[in-house]
Amino acid sequence: MYQYDHFDQEFVDQRVTQFRDQVRRRLTGELSEDEFKPLRLTNGLYLQLHAYMLRVAIPYGTLSAVQMRMLAHIARRYDRGYGHFTTRQNIQFNWIRLEDAPDALADLASVQMHALQTSGNVIRNTTADQWAGVALDEIEDPRIWCEIIRQWSSLHPEFSFLPRKFKIAVTGSPNDRAAVRVHDIGLRMHKNAAGEIGFEVIVGGGLGRTPLIGKTIAPFLPKQHLLSYLEAIMRVYNQAGRRDNIYKARIKILVHEIGVEEMRRRVELEWEGLRDGRLQLDASVVADIEQRFARPVYEKLPADSAEVALLRFKDKAFGRWMRANVVPHLQPGYAIVNISLKPEGEPPGDASAAQMDAIADLADAHSLGEIRVTHAQNLVLPHVKITDLPAIFARLQHIGLAADNIGQVGDIIACPGLDFCALANARSIPVAQRISRHFADAKLGAEIGDLQIKISGCINACGHHHVGHIGILGVDKHGEEFYQITLGGSAENAASIGTIVGPAVAYEDVVGAVDNIVRTYLDTRNADERFLDTVRRVGISPFKERLYAAA
Amino acid sequence: MPLLKNGRISEESWQPVGDEAPLPSDGAIVISFARFKAEPDRLAGRNAALGVRLKNTDDVRALADHVGRLGLIVLEFPKYTDGRAYSQARILREELGYTGELRAAGNVLLDQLLFMQRCGFDAFELARPDAELVWRKAVSTFAVFHQPTGDGRATILEQRRNALFEQRAQATWSGTAG
Repeated sequence: MYQYDHFDQEFVDQRVTQFRDQVRRRLTGELSEDEFKPLRLTNGLYLQLHAYMLRVAIPYGTLSAVQMRMLAHIARRYDRGYGHFTTRQNIQFNWIRLEDAPDALADLASVQMHALQTSGNVIRNTTADQWAGVALDEIEDPRIWCEIIRQWSSLHPEFSFLPRKFKIAVTGSPNDRAAVRVHDIGLRMHKNAAGEIGFEVIVGGGLGRTPLIGKTIAPFLPKQHLLSYLEAIMRVYNQAGRRDNIYKARIKILVHEIGVEEMRRRVELEWEGLRDGRLQLDASVVADIEQRFARPVYEKLPADSAEVALLRFKDKAFGRWMRANVVPHLQPGYAIVNISLKPEGEPPGDASAAQMDAIADLADAHSLGEIRVTHAQNLVLPHVKITDLPAIFARLQHIGLAADNIGQVGDIIACPGLDFCALANARSIPVAQRISRHFADAKLGAEIGDLQIKISGCINACGHHHVGHIGILGVDKHGEEFYQITLGGSAENAASIGTIVGPAVAYEDVVGAVDNIVRTYLDTRNADERFLDTVRRVGISPFKERLYAAA
Repeated sequence: MPLLKNGRISEESWQPVGDEAPLPSDGAIVISFARFKAEPDRLAGRNAALGVRLKNTDDVRALADHVGRLGLIVLEFPKYTDGRAYSQARILREELGYTGELRAAGNVLLDQLLFMQRCGFDAFELARPDAELVWRKAVSTFAVFHQPTGDGRATILEQRRNALFEQRAQATWSGTAG
C-alpha cells in the first residue's frame, strides 16, 4: 500500500478546503448550477436521476482495511448503508446530500483518499491489474507507475479541460488483466532485447459508441520518459481532439481520423521539447515512491497444505469456491482470494456497510490489511495464507459473499442503468439479476466455465458490453426497452469487439436468449474449449440460427 | 472590460484594431493573428508596442520568430470548458520563451485562475469588482503542486528529490564526522 507523505496529505486537505468553499458558494446562490457543475464534477459529484452521486477514487484499485472501514462509514453516515464498486475500480455512493459532500471528502482525506479524477474531462483514475504485486506472471508491479501517473495527472493545469474524459490503464504482466487495448492510453510493461523493462504505449482504444482497439504508438518507452511522453500525447490531444461533437471527442477518434503514423509524428514532435526537461523521472524519486508502498512481509511457509487439500475434496462447496475464486500467489504458501460481489440475484458490485466492515476485518486478520477492487466489480484479498482459506470461506458464507462464480456466467458486469443513471435507455441491473438467478437455478455455472457477460444500459458502454464474451446493450425502441446482443468480445491480450448476433430482443426475452446461446455453446464446444474460443472457431452463425429459429 | 494584471485591477492600455481599420501611427495596439501574418512589413515600420490576439485553433509556434517584439498576446477561452489555450500558453512561455503580457480573454472564471496562472497567464479579462481578492484566494488555495510548468514553482517530486539529497548529504557528513 502506498503511504502518503506530508505533501500528498497537504494536497488532499487543501482540496477539501477548496471544495467546501465552492459548495458554500453554491448553497448561498453565489454560483449557479451551471457554474458549479464543472467544480463538483472535478470532485466526483454527479447529479443523477434521484440525488447527487459521489464517486470516490480508489487509485489502481488498492485499498487498506482502514480505508474500507471509512467507506463503510461514508455509506452509513451519508448514504443509505451501501456502496457500489465500479468497473473503474472506484466506489460510488448514490444518495449523497450536497451539504454533506465536503464532510464526506474530509473524512476520506483523513485516510488518504479523495474523489479527484473520478469525473469531468480530465485524466481519470489510472487503473491496473487487480493482482498487481502478487501475480505469478508479473514482470514488474504496475502500481508504482500508476501512482506516479496519479500524482502527475492530479489537477493538471494544462489538461483539466480536455475535449473529453481520459482513461489510462497499466499492466505489468504478459497476461493483460487491465484491458490496456481498450483505453485512451494503455501501458504494457515488458522487457526489451537488452533485458530492460519499459512500456509499450498503446493509444486510441475505447468502447462507447465507437468501439476501437488501441494502436501501438511506441513499442518500447524507457521508464524515465514515461511522464514526458504522456504529456506529449495529452498536449496533442488537447489541441487537436475534436470539440465539435461530444461523441467524437475521445482520443480514439483523433487517432482513427489522422492515423497512428501521423499521431506518432505529432507526439514525437511535442516530446522532443519535453523529453529532457523536468518531467524526466529521477531514479531516486521513483525508488522513494516504491519504498512508500511498504511491501508486505511474508512468512516462510510450505507451498501446500494437506489439510486444505483434503477439505477441498470433502467439502464440495469449499472445493467449488476454491476452484473458481482462489488463484496462485507468487509467494509459496499464500493465495489470492477473489471475493465475488455478484451473489445470485443481487445487483453486481454492491456491498453493504456491514459487508465492507466484515471484509476489512478479514483483510486485517488474513490479508496483511490489504484489499483490491477489480474492474469486474469484485474484491480481492491479495495476501492470504493457504491454511487460512477455510476460515475465510466460512466467514464469507456468513456475510453472504461466498458466491463461487468468479469469471463464470454469474459474474456479470453491469452499469447502474435506468434505475440510477440519467443517460440510460434501459435497465441493466435487473437484467443481470435475472440472468444470474436463472443460471444459479440451473446449477450450470461451473459446467459452462469461463464466460463473461457484460451489460450496458446505453450506448456509452459503461458496462463494457463490446468486450463481453456475451455483450448486452440496452436500447430504446419506441419507448420500450430492447437489448442488442453481441458475441465474441474480449478485453484481454487478443482484444476484440463483439459481433451483433441479430435483431434486439425484448426485456422479457433476454434471459431466454442468453440461455439459448449458452446451450448452443455447450452443444458445439470441443472438450475444454472456452465460450470465447468456440465463438471464435465457429463464428456467430450457429448461434444466430438457433437463437432466431423460433421466431 | 476590467482587467486583472499581476493581481491588480488595471487600466486597459492596449487599443484593439480591427482587420479592416487603418493602423494608427502610434500607441500600443492589438491586432488579429491573421492581420499580423498578412502585413509584416507595415507592422515592422511602426515604432510602437504591438500585441496579437489568437484564436485557440491558431498554431502559436508560427510566432516563434516574433515573440521578442510582441508586448501582448491575448488567448481566448470561448467557453471555460474549452482548454486549448492552456497548451498555447505553455508553449509560448516554456518553449518559445515569450516574456510579455499573456492575457486570458473570454469565459474566464475565478476557479480557473490558478490553472491559468500556472500555464503562464499574467493578465485576465475578469468582470468582477472583487477581482483582486478573488485572485489572492485563487493563487493561495494550494501550496503544493505536482506538475512542472513555467511558473517557477518547485514540484512535489522535486522537493522530495531535494529532501533525499539533503538526507544523503547529512548521512555522509555524519559518516565522516563519526
